[in-house]
Amino acid sequence: MSPTYQLSDVAALESESIHIIREVAAEFERPVMLFSGGKDSIVMLHLALKAFAPARIPFPIMHVDTGHNFDEVIEYRDRRVAETGVRLIVASVQEAIDRGDVVEETGPRASRNGLQTSALLHAIEEHRFDALFGGARRDEEKARAKERVYSFRDEFGQWDPKGQRPELWNLYNGRHAMGEHFRIFPISNWTELDIWHYIRDEQIDIPEIYLAHSRNVFLRDNMWLADTPYITRMEGEELEERQVRFRTIGDASCTGAVESPADTIDKVIEEVAATRITERGATRADDRRTEAAMEDRKKEGYF
Amino acid sequence: MELLRLATAGSVDDGKSTLIGRLLYDSKSIFEDQLEAIEATSTQRGEEHVNLALLTDGLRAEREQGITIDVAHRYFSTPRRKFIIGDTPGHIQYTRNMVTGASTADLTIVLVDARHGVIEQSRRHAFIASLLRIPHIVVAINKMDLVDWDQEVFERIRRDFTDFATKLDVPDLTFIPMSALLGDNVVDRSANMSWYEGATLLHHLEEVHISSDRNMVDVRFPVQYVIRPQSAEYHDYRGYAGTVRGGIMKPGDEVVVLPSGFTSRISSIDTADGPVDEAFSPMAVTIRIEDDIDVSRGDMLCRPNNQPMVGQDIEAMICWMSEASQLKPNAKLALKHTTKWVRTLVKELHYRLDINSLHRDETATELGLNEIGRVKLRTTQPLFFDEYRRNRSTGSFILVDEATNITVGAGMIISAG
Repeated sequence: MSPTYQLSDVAALESESIHIIREVAAEFERPVMLFSGGKDSIVMLHLALKAFAPARIPFPIMHVDTGHNFDEVIEYRDRRVAETGVRLIVASVQEAIDRGDVVEETGPRASRNGLQTSALLHAIEEHRFDALFGGARRDEEKARAKERVYSFRDEFGQWDPKGQRPELWNLYNGRHAMGEHFRIFPISNWTELDIWHYIRDEQIDIPEIYLAHSRNVFLRDNMWLADTPYITRMEGEELEERQVRFRTIGDASCTGAVESPADTIDKVIEEVAATRITERGATRADDRRTEAAMEDRKKEGYF
Repeated sequence: MELLRLATAGSVDDGKSTLIGRLLYDSKSIFEDQLEAIEATSTQRGEEHVNLALLTDGLRAEREQGITIDVAHRYFSTPRRKFIIGDTPGHIQYTRNMVTGASTADLTIVLVDARHGVIEQSRRHAFIASLLRIPHIVVAINKMDLVDWDQEVFERIRRDFTDFATKLDVPDLTFIPMSALLGDNVVDRSANMSWYEGATLLHHLEEVHISSDRNMVDVRFPVQYVIRPQSAEYHDYRGYAGTVRGGIMKPGDEVVVLPSGFTSRISSIDTADGPVDEAFSPMAVTIRIEDDIDVSRGDMLCRPNNQPMVGQDIEAMICWMSEASQLKPNAKLALKHTTKWVRTLVKELHYRLDINSLHRDETATELGLNEIGRVKLRTTQPLFFDEYRRNRSTGSFILVDEATNITVGAGMIISAG
C-alpha cells in the first residue's frame, strides 16, 4: 500500500462499482445481472464476484439470447456459469418471435438486435425483476453519457431522459412502485481502455474472439462482418479470410470485426490506446442506422 | 495514476463547450469518427473552424425540445491522470444541475468571459462550489483573444473574484487566462500572454494536489451489506461489507458499533484479493471483527475515542430540486444518509439564502426549485453523522418524496440540532 494513501484510478473505479453492486443487492428485492458474454459484462460479473466474496453472488445472471450467437461466446458463458456457480436465466428472442410478440426482420440487413428489447421486457415481467445490472459505459455513446447509474424505468420499461432523478454523492435512490424497475450501470465511469487494463491486471478469462484470429469475413459499410448462418450476403460481398478480432460482442448478424494482428491482451491494449475510432462507430451496425439510434432504442427499453 | 473528478458548469455563450472540446481534442481524446461527424456538421452550418463545441452537443430529444439534460459525463486521460468530467448546462436549472454534477467533484472550473468580468453566474457558481465544498476552484478567464490578451483585464477580474470569494469558504483558488477557441493556455502554453507565468489548465489539472482532500482522520465505516457465505468452507464467516468513508482502518484496531455501542477489534480487513493491512477512503472492503455481536446494514463502525454525532435533530443546508413541490415546515420526507433510510420531519425553515447576494431571508416560508435554505430536521431514528465541512460522505443526505419516490432535495449537515 502506498504511503500517500492514494488509490490508483482503476482501484478507485473498482471500489465505486463494488459499492454500487452491494447497494443494489441490499436494497432491491429481485435484482438480476445482464450478461452478454461481452467484455463489459464479463468485467461487471467479475466485480460482482469480488463484491460478495467469499460468498456467492446473491442474484442470478440473465443472457438475452438473440439465437444468433458466436459459438465461442456461448461456450464461454456456459464455462463461466459452471466455474462461478451463478444461476443463469436465458431470455430468448426466438421465443418472443414464436409467441408472436415480435416479427423477425427480413432481407440481407435483418438483425435481431432490436428484438432483444421485447424478450428482455418479457423476462422482467415474468421474473418480476426490479433491478437489472447492465454493463454500459458512459464513454460509449452520447445517450449513455447522460444516463444515471441508477436509471429509472416506468412500467413500460421506458427511459425518460429529461425526467431523471438527481444523483448526488454516493447516495443512490432506488425507491420505486410495483411494476417499475431500475437499470443499474455499475461500470458507468469506466472507459474502454480501463476495461482492457483491468482484464489484463486481473487476468480475467475472455472469449477468444476478442483476440486476433483468422476468419472468413466480408466487407459491408466499411465493416468486416463474419460469415455466419444468420446473415445473407448481398451481391458483390465476397468472402475473404482475414486476421480479425472483435471489439464488441453483440448479435452475430450486426457485430463487425476489425482487422488486427493483436493476438494477446497487451497487444489489444496497445491497439486500443492508439485507435482513433470509437468502438461503436467501428463495429456496431445497429448504431449506424440513424444518428440517434441508441437514444431511440434506450427510450423503448433497450439496455 | 490518479483519478480526478472535475465539474464544469456554464451556459451556451461562455465558451464552456469549446473549452471541454479543446481539452478533449488537444489531449487526443477525440476519435476520428467523432471528429468527422462534427466536421461535417460544421461545414454544413457554414462555420469557418471545426466547432469543437459540437463534441458536447446533446441528444435529439434535447435539440427538439430545447431542453438540456442536467449532467453529461465525459472522460479523458493523460499519462498522469484520468479525468471524469461532470458537465452541467447553465440556464434556469443552474443550481440543481450544478449541485448534481458537483457533489463528488474534486475540482470545478468557473468560466468567466474576459469581456464581461465577474457576473452573477460566476458568483453563483463559486457559491455553490463552496457550499458543496469542492476543494479546488479554477477560474478560467476565457476569451482573452477578444480583449487583446490584456493583462490588466485579467488582473481586474482576479481582484473582483477574490473580493467576492473571501466571503465564501474556498480552500484553493487558481486563475488562468486563456482562449479556449484558439487553444491558448488550455493544453499548450499561450504565445500571446507571456506575462502569465502560471500553469496551463491541463497542467494544473494534472498537478493539483488532491490526496489530502479526503478525511484520513475520523474512521467511518457505514455497514452496507452483511456477507455470510453459509458454505462448508466458510461456515462461520461473517463479514461487514462497505466503503470506508473516513480515516484509516487496520486489523487490531478497537472499534465501536453504532448504534449498539458494543466494542470489539478488527480481526481482518478482507477483499476478494485477500486480506489487506489497512483500508481508507474510498476503498470497498469487508471488515470482520473479533466478537460475535449483532451488526447490520445501516450500522456504523468507528473508533471509540472518535465518534460521529449521534442524534435525531439536525441542522442542515438544503438545496431543493423539485419543480412539483416545495419544502415547507411540517413536511414529512424520506431521507437517505450513508446506508440508512429514515423518515424526517421538517421542523423549521430558518432562512432562504439569496445565492447572488448571500442575503438571508428569514421571512421565507418555503423553498422552491433551485432554492437553498437552512432547516432544522427531526428524524425517526438516530443518524451517525459529521459536519459536511468535515466529511462530505457522512455529512450529506438526500430527501425523497414518499409519494412519488423522486429525489427532491440535497442536504449538507451543519451541526446537531
